[in-house]
Amino acid sequence: MSKKHHITTIVNGDEYEALCETRHTLLDVLRDELRLTGTKEGCATGDCGACSVMMDGRLVCSCLVLAVEADGKSIDTIEGMASGNELHPLQTKFLELNGLQCGICTPGFLIAARALLERNPDPTESEARYWLAGNLCRCTGYDKIIRAVLSAAAEMRGA
Amino acid sequence: MTTILKKPGFNPDRKYKIIGTSPVKHDGFDKVTGRAKFAADAFLPGMLVGKVLRSPHPHAILKRIDTTQASKVPGVKAIITRDDFPEIKQGTGGGDMTRLAMAREKVYWEGHPVAAVAATSESAAKKALKLIEVEYEVLPHVIDPVEAMSPDAPILHDYMRTKGAKGPDAEKPTNVVERHALGIGDVDKGFAEADVIVEGTFDTKPMHQGYIELQSCVANYSDDGQVDLWCCTQAPWVYRDRLTEILKIESSKIRIQQSELGGGFGGKTTFYLEPLSVVLSRKAKCPVKMTLTRVEVMRATGPVSGTQSTIKMGCKKDGTIVAVDSTLVFQTGPYTGSAFTNAPQAMLTRYDLKNVRTVSYEVVSNRPKVSSFRAPCVPQVVFGVEGLIDELATKIGMDPIEMRLKNAIVEGHKTIYGETFNRIGFVETLEAAKACDHYRAPVPKGQARGIACGFWFNRGGETTGSMNLAPDGTVTITLGTADVAGSRMSMAMMAAEELGIPVDRVRAVLADTHSLGYNRVTAGSRTTFSSGIIVVDSARKIITELCRRAAKIWNVPEEGVVFEDGVCRPASSNVGEFEPLSIKDIAHKTTYTMGSISGHSEMNVTGAGPGFAVHIVDVEVDKETGLTSVKRYTIIEDAGKAISPAQVEGQFQGAAVQGIGWALNEEYVYGSDGRLQNPGFLDYRMPVASDVPMIDTVIVEVPNPKHPFGLRGVGEVPLTPAMAAIGNAIGHAIGIRPRSLPMSPPKVLAIIEEARARGVLPAG
Ligand code: FES
Ligand code: FES
Repeated sequence: MSKKHHITTIVNGDEYEALCETRHTLLDVLRDELRLTGTKEGCATGDCGACSVMMDGRLVCSCLVLAVEADGKSIDTIEGMASGNELHPLQTKFLELNGLQCGICTPGFLIAARALLERNPDPTESEARYWLAGNLCRCTGYDKIIRAVLSAAAEMRGA
Repeated sequence: MTTILKKPGFNPDRKYKIIGTSPVKHDGFDKVTGRAKFAADAFLPGMLVGKVLRSPHPHAILKRIDTTQASKVPGVKAIITRDDFPEIKQGTGGGDMTRLAMAREKVYWEGHPVAAVAATSESAAKKALKLIEVEYEVLPHVIDPVEAMSPDAPILHDYMRTKGAKGPDAEKPTNVVERHALGIGDVDKGFAEADVIVEGTFDTKPMHQGYIELQSCVANYSDDGQVDLWCCTQAPWVYRDRLTEILKIESSKIRIQQSELGGGFGGKTTFYLEPLSVVLSRKAKCPVKMTLTRVEVMRATGPVSGTQSTIKMGCKKDGTIVAVDSTLVFQTGPYTGSAFTNAPQAMLTRYDLKNVRTVSYEVVSNRPKVSSFRAPCVPQVVFGVEGLIDELATKIGMDPIEMRLKNAIVEGHKTIYGETFNRIGFVETLEAAKACDHYRAPVPKGQARGIACGFWFNRGGETTGSMNLAPDGTVTITLGTADVAGSRMSMAMMAAEELGIPVDRVRAVLADTHSLGYNRVTAGSRTTFSSGIIVVDSARKIITELCRRAAKIWNVPEEGVVFEDGVCRPASSNVGEFEPLSIKDIAHKTTYTMGSISGHSEMNVTGAGPGFAVHIVDVEVDKETGLTSVKRYTIIEDAGKAISPAQVEGQFQGAAVQGIGWALNEEYVYGSDGRLQNPGFLDYRMPVASDVPMIDTVIVEVPNPKHPFGLRGVGEVPLTPAMAAIGNAIGHAIGIRPRSLPMSPPKVLAIIEEARARGVLPAG
């Protein structure tokens, strides 16, 4: 058995420690060690966005980040998106506008969409489509996802 | 016959309170917070990790497997091979199934399982896989179905003879599983009446369902022989019965609990890891979790049939289609199971045709066994059928929707496969298409428009379910069908409507296989229809019981109580003066009346209403690169009655975008070595958000009188015409209609050059 590494990360504001092999990804550790299974694996090659998380404020595919790279970093996952009982406006709009069918892609879309709205509070439809082009959804045809994102953006701007 | 099937109680004048609204799905909350538990999200104490060793060859004799070295790897707890599975005769259903799960005499595709390991870590399991020695005798392979039919093709199964074949060839080993002929009238006579005849050969490439959730399962085989299995599936009872068949474990000892299902589209109707994890768990005496990688999903699970259709069609000048002749070839994997007979039955069912001949062949090949995908085998053939109708319409100068209206079927039509249709809405759907904004808008400059129509039977079948009334007046439903996109919510809505209570007082959950009787696979667009009937039937049983309890409380005869708007009241003033009793009032008193109240229902549901759709699409084709962009897309479809319109729209929109992917991009690419060259999302490119426009929808509602609320299935119809509509639009853009999927840039560019050479497209 190869030697394990000890890593410490802040996940959704709380400090976590984990032991991991060199080959383990951040996604592996989030899911299998910390049991934060809201972050999903759809490909493990950076092509589906189901594993999207924020690392030190940057949107990343957690399947492309080695767990040891996350040592000392701050990670935000879907489990931390709502504040207390209050859903994030994106979560509310996904629910209200049926922006999810099976829901396996939903955490990734929500994390990626929040990152979009943080840097561009008023995206056009086309900007939203291109920003979210790294997230695959096979159920919805994207229509209601894009509408939910634009509608949440409007609400957050107070428009 | 069960009463509700005879008397569904459909009332066209009924005013709905809940049905037709789109409340937030109950299961949505856990899905937006990351708490929903999908297959790979389960963990058990002491759980091991299972991994599969797969064949690198598409066709080979499996001569020897040696696991000696592998079993010495620290952490390895069990290794299984063919020797761990009971022998079942080749060429039988069970024999095919066990060989698909684990190779026996031969491997039949690149990715065919040959061994599996359970270990304390994934690293240990992978290390062991590398140390398993396998000796293969490589054989020539065949993947293309037309090549597989040729007399000198490599034969997959020496024992195979073509079912339905006649003549000397019928006795020879073959790759053709079955020859199936279906037709009516006299085709030659029909063509003699034609003013215009068109024909063509169309081919479609194999592709994948593309669900985002990787298959995963956790099996626990306890010391007394009980199996607990957690997995993502569209068919828990089917999985159970198949496990019984191939592992010889009694059904009562196998309890399957379905997880949240992260997409299936037909691809999760067949098991892959489940038998392996059960056998590994039995051998290792620990729970075993197995999860496929995306590469494994692409190489070794449910692809969709590649096809070739040769079709000839003739019509009169007035647009009447007088004859259709067709030869259809369907690829399956190493074993039968493509459901190819759907195609000849469905391909023309929407037109009133007097003379049709179809001959269909199902052909084995060195690929994983194909699995269902939305209207299995139908969209591929509709690509050809609707393409030729469009050519005929162009030739006779008729509007494409008028041409379809001219031939459209109505109530009372007897289909080619013998069913006579009740109320159907094809004409209404075509009229709605004609009237919609998209069709009435002029085609924008530089773009072209295509339309196509599709049909799917919609299914019923064996279904069970239970409904329980709690003492506080709330209701829970236990469902036997899987929830592939929100059906739990539709069930809660139907129950609430029938019981006259708010939908938030109803919760629907998915049963395990011990809790209910057998349920047919969740497929065929049967869920909301079939389980909907079960739910309404259960609610009606509860209502009958509520009236009985009210009668007891009031001490009046049962006939003296009626149930209206969620309350029991005296049928007339003759019965006496009583305050109405709500469901809650009665539920609260069940302890003092006759105990708890529940409704249960099980039946082989019949009466599914067929569905029809029209797709309209505007495309722009870049004449320099051959790239097609979809600019506008509208689906018009008869849903009978949309229980939750937002969910129905979602079905239409998702199918349209799957169709866009299939039409323009998606295809399995095999090397000459028979290995898949694009087993990942980078090279097998499904549409992303920036590839597609908003998808507009028009829900037509021609009620199905066989359902209490008039609904029809909507899951499969909306894929059937998609590639044809896009093909027709491209044809109008470049002068020649493509006949091969995907209509990718290099292929379209070649057609543009041909069109220019033929003078049907001006030089660029
Ligand atoms: S799992 Fe990371 S991008 Fe697909
Ligand atoms: S909702 Fe199923 S993949 Fe997006």
